[in-house]
Amino acid sequence: MTDMLGDQTLTLPVIFAALMGLSILIYVVLDGFDLGVGILTPLADEAQKDRMVASIGPFWDANETWLVMAVGILLVAFPAAHGAILTALYLPVAIMLIGLILRGTAFEFRAKVALPKKNAWNIAFFAGSIMTSMAQGYMLGFYVMGLEHSLAAHGFALLSGVFLTVGYSFIGACWLILKTEGSLQRKAVSWARGGIWGVILGVGAISLATPLVSARIWERWFSVPEFFLLAPLPLMSVAVIVAMWVVLRRLPTENDSFAWLPFAGASVLFVLAFTGLAYSFYPYVVPERLTIYEAASAPESLFIILIGALVVFPIIAAYSALAYYIFRGKARDLRYD
Amino acid sequence: MEMMDTLLLSRIQFAANISFHILFPTITIALGWVLVFFKWRYARTGDAVWMEAYFFWVKVFALSFAMGVVSGITMSFQFGTNWPGFMESVGNIAGPLLAYEIMTAFFMEAVFLGIMLFGFSRVPGWAHTGATVLVAVGTTMSTFWILVLNSWMHTPQGFEMRDGVAHATDWFAIIFNPSMPYRLVHVLLASGLTVGFLIAGISALRWVMGDRGAEVRKSLRLGAIMGAALIPVQIYAGDMHGLNTLEYQPAKVAAMEGNWDTRGNVPLLLFALPDEEARMNRFEIGIPSGASLILTHRLDGEVPGLNDFVAEDGTVLHPPVTAVFWSFRVMVGTGMAMLVLSWAALFFMRRGRGIEGLPRPVLWAFLPMAFSGWLATLAGWYTTEIGRQPWLVTGVLSTDAAVGDVPPALVASTLIAYLVIYAALLVAYIGVLVYLARRKAKGQSTVEAGRPVSGAIQSIPAE
Repeated sequence: MTDMLGDQTLTLPVIFAALMGLSILIYVVLDGFDLGVGILTPLADEAQKDRMVASIGPFWDANETWLVMAVGILLVAFPAAHGAILTALYLPVAIMLIGLILRGTAFEFRAKVALPKKNAWNIAFFAGSIMTSMAQGYMLGFYVMGLEHSLAAHGFALLSGVFLTVGYSFIGACWLILKTEGSLQRKAVSWARGGIWGVILGVGAISLATPLVSARIWERWFSVPEFFLLAPLPLMSVAVIVAMWVVLRRLPTENDSFAWLPFAGASVLFVLAFTGLAYSFYPYVVPERLTIYEAASAPESLFIILIGALVVFPIIAAYSALAYYIFRGKARDLRYD
Repeated sequence: MEMMDTLLLSRIQFAANISFHILFPTITIALGWVLVFFKWRYARTGDAVWMEAYFFWVKVFALSFAMGVVSGITMSFQFGTNWPGFMESVGNIAGPLLAYEIMTAFFMEAVFLGIMLFGFSRVPGWAHTGATVLVAVGTTMSTFWILVLNSWMHTPQGFEMRDGVAHATDWFAIIFNPSMPYRLVHVLLASGLTVGFLIAGISALRWVMGDRGAEVRKSLRLGAIMGAALIPVQIYAGDMHGLNTLEYQPAKVAAMEGNWDTRGNVPLLLFALPDEEARMNRFEIGIPSGASLILTHRLDGEVPGLNDFVAEDGTVLHPPVTAVFWSFRVMVGTGMAMLVLSWAALFFMRRGRGIEGLPRPVLWAFLPMAFSGWLATLAGWYTTEIGRQPWLVTGVLSTDAAVGDVPPALVASTLIAYLVIYAALLVAYIGVLVYLARRKAKGQSTVEAGRPVSGAIQSIPAE
């Protein structure tokens, strides 16, 4: 059976790089909207905050698990890269982890403590969300700059942190448009209208910076025929942004039609941007230093994981879909009974 | 004072993290099954008191679960940020085990937790019970995989070393490594005891606050019965685990017993201050031949001594003695207190005298014992994990070889940040448990944070 994969030292790293990329992408879209909702909470009143938290309540834990999956694949499939990347990102990783701790626990505490203490946990919920998104954006920017310490790299990483925070807020607002109604939905529309400009800036900045940092990446994009073959990526991104912009101008509608479109558009935009990045960096897992082939674990260990993944991934997809189906429609109060 | 180095700081950081983390899985593993039990009893008897118990303890479960999840994620990242040598050296074995934990446990528990917590009014009763069962199965599966990995680090087999990297040769041998069955049983029972005494302790707190409802009676009784039923099994399982350790990690047992020279008639030390400089114990108080009897079932049975684990050049190859010696005594002492209290409680509650049959000291003793499971669990983990030193993977990878090259100041700053956060969360967690107990005891009309509940309908918000 192992023969079916051809040369395993070549195919297995590609498969696991794809699985890791998929996990990161799913994480960024799913926990992206959770974190975005958290970042937006200070703009809402108390009842709206409760409803916003309710809209992500049944999902955030499973969404966060995709981060564990992604770092898990990095850990198990590319152990050499895992150490190199995470020690280089030591501080932003720690900040992200503390952010995730605050966000996840505040979610529970804010609903259980005595009323006077609730506000402190609201602040922790917001602080945790924004710490996480800033740290993740910083990591993305620093990674794009090749994990090399320089003033420019840290500056760009910081800027990237701001952009990702705006991006998460945008997809969070789009999620709220889909899952809420009334005054909160109207608020979410106005947040999304503002946020879309930040998204345009952010996607543009990362797209420009990536080829400028590396001659190799420049070559991958701006040579013939690659340039034309890749043209659909930026063109589709522009089309999606225009569609979202047009719809956001008209939302909310009478019968709630098109309320799904901003969230769908934002998700597609995240997918397109991520695909572009993945194309730029392949086959490197540590930019310009370590390829996925050099960093991969022993084929027999990867193969054991792959068998499990092939069985389990469809099951995870199925029951995740079931959860989203059960909690479809507009968010209601979070209740245990 | 000597400058603390990266290795020591990284060890303290990981120890702090894993110590904080284990507090919550040790609750959720067994509490998940207790929730299933509540639902099952309700389905069988139709007695609403079981759902009342479910709705109280599901709040504790949700909070504990969140605490466990966020601190667990932190650990998976610390493998890379602080211990890159671990995955580089034994990643071919640790990797698949961790991957299976994520794939077969994490997703299942996280997804069905959402349905279990918030889906009660959205799915049929059987589906909600099904979700509750799957959450419990998920936490137990997670326990299985992580203890397979942990046990393999203690008693590795089924691999070969090629160029300094471990390669798996026999997955069956890796999974069913010698210490795995003992450790798994020991930890699952520990979780049951932790939850038993937590339920009994919180219920006793509600009782002394004046709660006399049917639910608090059932809960207190359940907690006491769980404790009384599990503690003898745990003492037996712990003894078996110790014998397994004697066979595979004799240096750890030598440290647990504080025994320096290999010999027979080794006493069971009740008190001693091990002196690692002089390589002897001070102020020994012991039961003659006790350790020999327990470990070999013969009075003159030979017990390994720490001096056997010193290399010719003087390098110490056994764990630090004082920490292991005292951790072990704290664990055993806590277990004995559990035995005495739970059996005393059952004795006084017999023949239908119920909670009123409990003398005040017994009832009040449950309060400080509410977190006795935490104490015993931590002490047990310190015994086994410090007892593995100086190895990270016994005989394969030493702890100092796995640490990452991070400036000590950086590790120190993140360590302080984690400690502050963990301390605050621990205070908040215990505070919320007491607050929930007090509100339940006072029987206040449930006021959801933010707005009062309207109407006469008893409601239980997601708190």
